[in-house]
Amino acid sequence: MIQISQLHKKFGKLVVLDGLNLDIDAGGIFAVLGPNGSGKTTVIKSILGMVIPNSGEIQIDGKSVLKKWDYRNQINYLPQIANFPANLSVKELIAMVKNLRPKESNETELIELFALTPFLDKKLGSLSGGTKQKVNIVLTFMFDSDIIILDEPTTGLDPIALIHLKGIIHQEKEKGKTILITTHIMSFVDEMADEVVFLLDGNIYFKGSIDDLKTKTKQTDLEQSIAHLISKQYV
Amino acid sequence: MKNLRLTILALFFCSSLLASQIEVCNSCQVKSIKQALSLAKDGDEILIKEGVYKESGIAVDKSVKIIGVGLPTVDGEHKETIFTVKANNFSIEGLRIINVGHSYTKDFAAILVSKSKNFTLQNNVLEKVFFGLLIEKSRYGIIKNNKLISDAEDQAGSGNGIHLWHSEDMQIENNELTGLRDGIYFEFVKNSMVRNNRSYENLRYGLHFMFSNNNEYNDNVFTNNGAGVAVMFSKFVKMTNNQFIQNWGSASYGLLLKEIYDAEIENNTFSKNTIGISVDGSTRINYKNNTFSRNGWAIKVVGACYENHFNQNNFLHNAIDLSYNSKINSNTFDSNYWSEYTGYDLDKNGIGDVPYRPVKLFSYIAHRTPESIVLLRSLFVDIINFSEKVSPVFTPDNLLDNSPLMQKIQ
Amino acid sequence: MFKILKYSFYDLMRSRWSYVYFAFYLALGFVLLFLNNDVDKAIITLLNIIIVLTPLIGTIFGVMYYYNSKEFTELLLAQPMKRNTIFLGQYLGISISLTLSLILGLGIPFLLYGIFMSSAIFDFGLLLVVGSFLNFIFVALAYNIALSNSNKIKGFGYAILMWLFLAVIYDGLFLISLMVFNEYPLDNFSLLATMFNPIDLSRILILLKLDISALLGYTGAVFKKFFGTNFGLVISLFVMSLWVLIPVWRIQRKLRKKDF
Repeated sequence: MIQISQLHKKFGKLVVLDGLNLDIDAGGIFAVLGPNGSGKTTVIKSILGMVIPNSGEIQIDGKSVLKKWDYRNQINYLPQIANFPANLSVKELIAMVKNLRPKESNETELIELFALTPFLDKKLGSLSGGTKQKVNIVLTFMFDSDIIILDEPTTGLDPIALIHLKGIIHQEKEKGKTILITTHIMSFVDEMADEVVFLLDGNIYFKGSIDDLKTKTKQTDLEQSIAHLISKQYV
Repeated sequence: MKNLRLTILALFFCSSLLASQIEVCNSCQVKSIKQALSLAKDGDEILIKEGVYKESGIAVDKSVKIIGVGLPTVDGEHKETIFTVKANNFSIEGLRIINVGHSYTKDFAAILVSKSKNFTLQNNVLEKVFFGLLIEKSRYGIIKNNKLISDAEDQAGSGNGIHLWHSEDMQIENNELTGLRDGIYFEFVKNSMVRNNRSYENLRYGLHFMFSNNNEYNDNVFTNNGAGVAVMFSKFVKMTNNQFIQNWGSASYGLLLKEIYDAEIENNTFSKNTIGISVDGSTRINYKNNTFSRNGWAIKVVGACYENHFNQNNFLHNAIDLSYNSKINSNTFDSNYWSEYTGYDLDKNGIGDVPYRPVKLFSYIAHRTPESIVLLRSLFVDIINFSEKVSPVFTPDNLLDNSPLMQKIQ
Repeated sequence: MFKILKYSFYDLMRSRWSYVYFAFYLALGFVLLFLNNDVDKAIITLLNIIIVLTPLIGTIFGVMYYYNSKEFTELLLAQPMKRNTIFLGQYLGISISLTLSLILGLGIPFLLYGIFMSSAIFDFGLLLVVGSFLNFIFVALAYNIALSNSNKIKGFGYAILMWLFLAVIYDGLFLISLMVFNEYPLDNFSLLATMFNPIDLSRILILLKLDISALLGYTGAVFKKFFGTNFGLVISLFVMSLWVLIPVWRIQRKLRKKDF
């Protein structure tokens, strides 16, 4: 589904991605993990075309996506920080994003699910962080796309909303979608992810199922395994 | 009875002998002006009827009245001076005189009057002239209601409209002058009056005044002349109620004062001139009740000026009100209205409580570096003007209007 | 692009600041034109406001909008759209809403004054044209600076510095060089120096309208010839357009390499 080969990226003198290779097959939930600054967000943003790599190749379905834009119609993206134009209402924002993507959408269901109906006519500037994140989730999941990329999706959500979010992610997985998630909440990964991609020093340090990871690190708990991986960095 | 008849006859004879009328027209007995003049005696009237008379070099040496009826045309065919007068008590009126000869060596004119007294030149229309009315060494003349139009192109090849030289006691009124080198030119003229004339679109000056003392000019309008009006090397000149409008150009001004002593300049309007008044050496001059509006410079002082007094003038929206060339000042400004004044009047007596400084730092800079004028009204210039206003360094610190008016003088 | 333009525009048109800006111009226009009774004075004050304030507001709005909408821009970048489209849309959205505040704010008093008092005021439509140009120019310059500086404080500082430079410092240097090189013919230099600063250019365009072109001509033949004619006006407006187009072009170039 997604093939990344020999991806290099530097920000100034800082090397973030150093010849990264990654193949992600269609279908399933992939957790992209790694310590701070390991390049998780850079990889995701490279796939989305927001970060322009120094060299390397990214292909989706066998087609290069660098310097292209229309492939993004096949990707739903949930950004990390939700901040919207303060003077638009929720309704207008949803209408606007729909307007920008020539695609079917099912926002009504999602709006009801997250109990956003009373907020539809409110201005985005007046919403709380959690409500904004809910709006953000609605915007992400209202389209039917093959690839879904979630950057820290749980930020600011209340337990009920979190349950709904997990439900939606499962539903999408059932439909055969490819879902990439970055997060620091290990319980979430443990519960949701089929496969873990662990980044370290700008490269893939580990890729495989959670069980493989536990075996490899000889830990019984995911959190411990990850900590074990990260601690190697400091040796 | 017989005596009575004789008396009547004698009277008739005498009167015809004293002043007879000679008619000139194409179908008359007398067909040319020259012929009429040769027939005329002192005191005669020559009536010139409608028509075109191709004549030039007409010498008038008798006290005659030459009167055009129905505006006859005298065409000089660009040869020479058309009328040359040397006589007392004469008049020329109602003629259309055209096509005076051009020369680089001789001053050909439509009418040349020399060494004459008591004459009137009026209601004439002069077109395509070189010099128009050229008066020399004459006295007691009246020049009025004439219209002078020419098509001067360069200064060397053109002449003045009304040109007076070494004359006295002249009155120049209600004339219209355009397309000439100088509209009106005075050199060594005394006790004369220039009133109600309109001088516009002349190549050089609307009015040019040299070495002419004790003259007055008022109610004239000078518009759009090459360099405006120049008054030079003269004493006791009185200028009132004149308008100086739209004299634009790199060396242009409404009025140039050069070496002038004891003049009165009152109730004049200077509007839209590059420089309202350019003052180059003038002493004891009173400026009162004048209005300077929308000029580049209202007053530009370029030479030594002493004891000039500016009272009750209006300075309205000039780019620069006053430009000064030195730090020394012996001139006074009092009770003028300055549209740039930003002070207040707390005691409501109509006089601003803070003195006004008419000389800005920028005007000082623009004086030294003329190109800097492109920075006029920029924020930077406002800032340096403000700082100079707070503590004068380059501009005369005693140059103040201590009682600036809050309302414009009507 | 028009979709983005539309939403940026709606967003800004509903912001309090647009109303404040609009109300400010409206009040200024009315006070100057109707309470002052002196059109000349009003026009000169308006000139000062337009050449100083419009660039400042354009700069601040441009920089602020860029940084404040950074996250939203990222959301847009993940949509199937070209980068150019998004940023051009935003740029036009800001410029047009600012220009609208200016044109309506001053235009309404102008129009009423023209109808009731003196139609001569319509001659000063050039004030509005120049003000609009300045909006477009300074928003584009601000966007350039913001795109080149991911640090908000730095970007803001540079933008204000840029304004300060063009509004004040440039003229100071200009004046000093005129005074230093007094001995040389400075006509062409002055003309060129004016072209390189949109604020100076705007100021001179309006001064020409204020009937003092002759005064500018005072300095010499080149200036007179240039500014005394329609040719000068056409060239000036052309240069103003370049001042819009070049920064916009640079935005596009910058975007090709930019990481978000």
